[in-house]
Amino acid sequence: MITLDSCLIIGAALFTLGFLAVLTKRNAISVLMGVELILNAANINFVAFGFFRSYEIHGVLIALFVIVIAVSEAAVALAIVLNIYRNMRTVNLDEVDSLKK
Amino acid sequence: MTLLYLAIIIWLLPLLTFIIQIFFGNRLPRKGDWVVVGAMFIDLALALVIFGNVIYKYNPDFRAVLQFDWISLGGQDFPLGFVLDNVTAVMLVVVTLVSALIFLYSIGYMKGDPLYSRYFAYLSFFAFSMLGVVLFENLFGIYICWELVGLSSYLLIGFWFEKDSASDAGKKAFITNRVGDFGMFLGMLIVFSALGTFSLEGIKNGVESGQLSGTLLTAAGILFFMGAVGKSAQFPLHVWLPDAMEGPTPVSALIHAATMVAAGVYLIVRIVFMLTPVSTVVIAYIGGFTAFFAATIALTQNDIKRILAYSTVSQLGYMMLALGTGSYAAGLFHLMTHAFFKALLFLGSGSIIYAMHHALHAVNNDADPQNINNMGGLRRKMKVTFWTYLVATLAISGVPFTSGFISKDAILAGTLSFAGRYPQHFLLPFFGFAAAGITAFYMFRLVFKTFFGEFKISEAREHIHESGKIMTVPLVGFAVFCFFAFYTAGNNSISLSSPGEGWFYDLIKPPEQTAMTAAEMPFSEEIYEQEELPAEPGASHSYAIFLSLLIVGAGIVVSYRTYISKTISAETWAAMYPRLYRGMYNKWYIDEFYHATVIKLIFVWSALCRWFDNVIIDGIVNGSARITVIFSWFEGKFDNIVIDGIVNGIANATQILGWFTRQFQTGRIQNYLVGFLIGIFVIIIFRMM
Amino acid sequence: MSGFDIVFLFFAVITIGSAALVVFSKKITHAAFALMFSLFGVAGLYVFLSADFLAAVQIIIYIGGILVLLLFGVLLTVKISSITITTQSTQRIWGAIAGTGLFILVLTIIIRADWFIPEKDPGDIYFTQSRQIGERLMTEYLLPFEIASVLLLAALIGAMFMIRSEDK
Repeated sequence: MITLDSCLIIGAALFTLGFLAVLTKRNAISVLMGVELILNAANINFVAFGFFRSYEIHGVLIALFVIVIAVSEAAVALAIVLNIYRNMRTVNLDEVDSLKK
Repeated sequence: MTLLYLAIIIWLLPLLTFIIQIFFGNRLPRKGDWVVVGAMFIDLALALVIFGNVIYKYNPDFRAVLQFDWISLGGQDFPLGFVLDNVTAVMLVVVTLVSALIFLYSIGYMKGDPLYSRYFAYLSFFAFSMLGVVLFENLFGIYICWELVGLSSYLLIGFWFEKDSASDAGKKAFITNRVGDFGMFLGMLIVFSALGTFSLEGIKNGVESGQLSGTLLTAAGILFFMGAVGKSAQFPLHVWLPDAMEGPTPVSALIHAATMVAAGVYLIVRIVFMLTPVSTVVIAYIGGFTAFFAATIALTQNDIKRILAYSTVSQLGYMMLALGTGSYAAGLFHLMTHAFFKALLFLGSGSIIYAMHHALHAVNNDADPQNINNMGGLRRKMKVTFWTYLVATLAISGVPFTSGFISKDAILAGTLSFAGRYPQHFLLPFFGFAAAGITAFYMFRLVFKTFFGEFKISEAREHIHESGKIMTVPLVGFAVFCFFAFYTAGNNSISLSSPGEGWFYDLIKPPEQTAMTAAEMPFSEEIYEQEELPAEPGASHSYAIFLSLLIVGAGIVVSYRTYISKTISAETWAAMYPRLYRGMYNKWYIDEFYHATVIKLIFVWSALCRWFDNVIIDGIVNGSARITVIFSWFEGKFDNIVIDGIVNGIANATQILGWFTRQFQTGRIQNYLVGFLIGIFVIIIFRMM
Repeated sequence: MSGFDIVFLFFAVITIGSAALVVFSKKITHAAFALMFSLFGVAGLYVFLSADFLAAVQIIIYIGGILVLLLFGVLLTVKISSITITTQSTQRIWGAIAGTGLFILVLTIIIRADWFIPEKDPGDIYFTQSRQIGERLMTEYLLPFEIASVLLLAALIGAMFMIRSEDK
């Protein structure tokens, strides 16, 4: 049961759900949650490949770095969200369309 | 030659004063009249010096010429030249003397005129032009000054330009003169094209050597005479002179009696060598007819200046008659004597008008101050004016011991002998003698009506005063020159009655009428014999004197009986021949005739031109405009629909495309992500297939 | 199906179910808590893949750090007093299509892929992981490690810089 394929499928589902959140959520923080899900899906893949295919520790190490990057991403992203909120009084992404202008 | 330089100084002095006067006149003390008058008296003095020299020399062939190149056009030189001979010397004295006295008189007459200084500027300009006509040896130079004379005449006639009649008269004079000048110019062109020179000397040589055919010569002579007809107011073109009396009276005296109108006579004297028998006969007939014709008009006029104007026309006709009948010296002589007594008559009239004007003004009567019917009995109030006027009247009528008697007798004798030689021309002496009688009649009519009887407007009688010294002195001055002694004084004796003697005839010799001897003479054989014509017909003198005395006496007596003793009624005469009277009174309808023909024709022609302009030219212009408009309309449509359509179409397409693409440009990252994903799908699906 | 498999399945279901809740729940706080469960499930999965250290790190950092950070973000940006602290969805249709497409795509790739199979037995590394990680980080992965530290520092400073109030 615990095979590479099942792990990959779990990762794919998680990735898809995360992407769905990124695509459809209006709230910026919900989008961030989706991003976290995607990162986790990637991590699962790294670890699974590392476990099933390389018999080495590289996958785990890469996952570690990914977590580090996710942390910094979360911090910066939240700062951005707060800034947007401060400037526009909203965190709804469909109201934030200054790229259009 | 020094004399010639002196003459040129005489010529240029008035130009100088003109320039001073026109630019600085108003700033000079007394508005600068003393500059002009003073310069004119200096001119007179210089002219007298020249005259004295000429008299002293007593050389009939005296002639000093100064030639110089004026301009050079394409290899053709146009030289100008000055000449001083006996004729010039006499004319210089006449012009400067008359001018000087009239300038002096003007100071009094024009006092208080708002354009006082400009008046004197014009006067000097006139003197300059007139002296130029006299001095130039060259037809071209004469023509220039001739036109300048016309211009200054125009300026002076229209001097009171705020009066419509004055400005109209100025224009009329100018235009009528143009007609004559046109002929003169044509004559000059004929001469120039045949001989290549404008110099009188050169033309004379050319004519003598027969370079000009008889027909051309005749044409040129008549055309030159046409210029003289305009300037000297001969019959067809005389209409401007009576109207020119609208100008100030001194101007009438100076220009339209003494000097300018004499320019025509002077011109004929200058070109007499090129007159053919035909042209002399034309001149004689026109002159004679004018003398008679103008005299008849003068009979019935009531305006004092108009009578004198017609009398001037008549006297000029005499001069032309003299020139035409070969009495060359007599014509010039009459020009000189006439200048003095006619100027005197005008100045006397000016004095009368001046007095009348002030008297009528004082009693607020708006009667015409120039109408002789309003005058009468002035001899007691204006003694100087009366006596000088009487002298001039005697002179113009040709009473013995006056200057007019000598000169007029010479002319009449000349015509008489001419008719004696060519009996078919019997009309010429008839014109002459008839005019003499009529002249005596109307001049005495004028004097009787003006100075005798009772003053017609009684309430103004007290206000009539003799004019001031500045006006009476020139009158006396002129009156002196009306006596015969000044003209008949010979080398060592004073001849009383024989017109053929005296300094004048010694100085002025008739030139050989070269053209008469020119080879081709297609005209009458009888006239061809004219070369035998003696210069001054002596044989006819006794008849002439007798006849003229008789006629003049008759004229005076009839006039006396009509206007003083009233034994003859003018009204009865007028009633007996109503047509004749009306014709005379209305100046033989010449003006009306011109109105009905020339002016009407010009109006019709103008209307035709206007029609042509309006319909054809404007039609073309408007048509092309309309075509342009239509074309522009199409072009506009093309622009609007096709060009703009393309442009707008591109713009619209861009807009639609922009609108279309803008739908993707929402500014929302999530939408972009969807697009990004779909793109990835597409790529991967393609890769997998 | 062994008990091992059942536990694995359980964790997988927790992970994916919670992730689905994160995506589909209306309330953002619910989503946040669902995310916690999902991350927890992932940590369990790490254990099955013999990455015990990573599982611990996952729980500590994700659940203890990031999730709290997210919750703070929610609290700071949404008015607490209003009951409807919701998170609505946009472009559902496009999202559904894209999501489904993505999932099918990834699945296809997973199934179709011919994965590389090594000869070595996986059992060797099981109990030496923490030590190995420490060694590797100090030797082989020293440069990424340092870069990660610099990255963290930069993120820290950047976040503080962005968050700081302008009026001061």
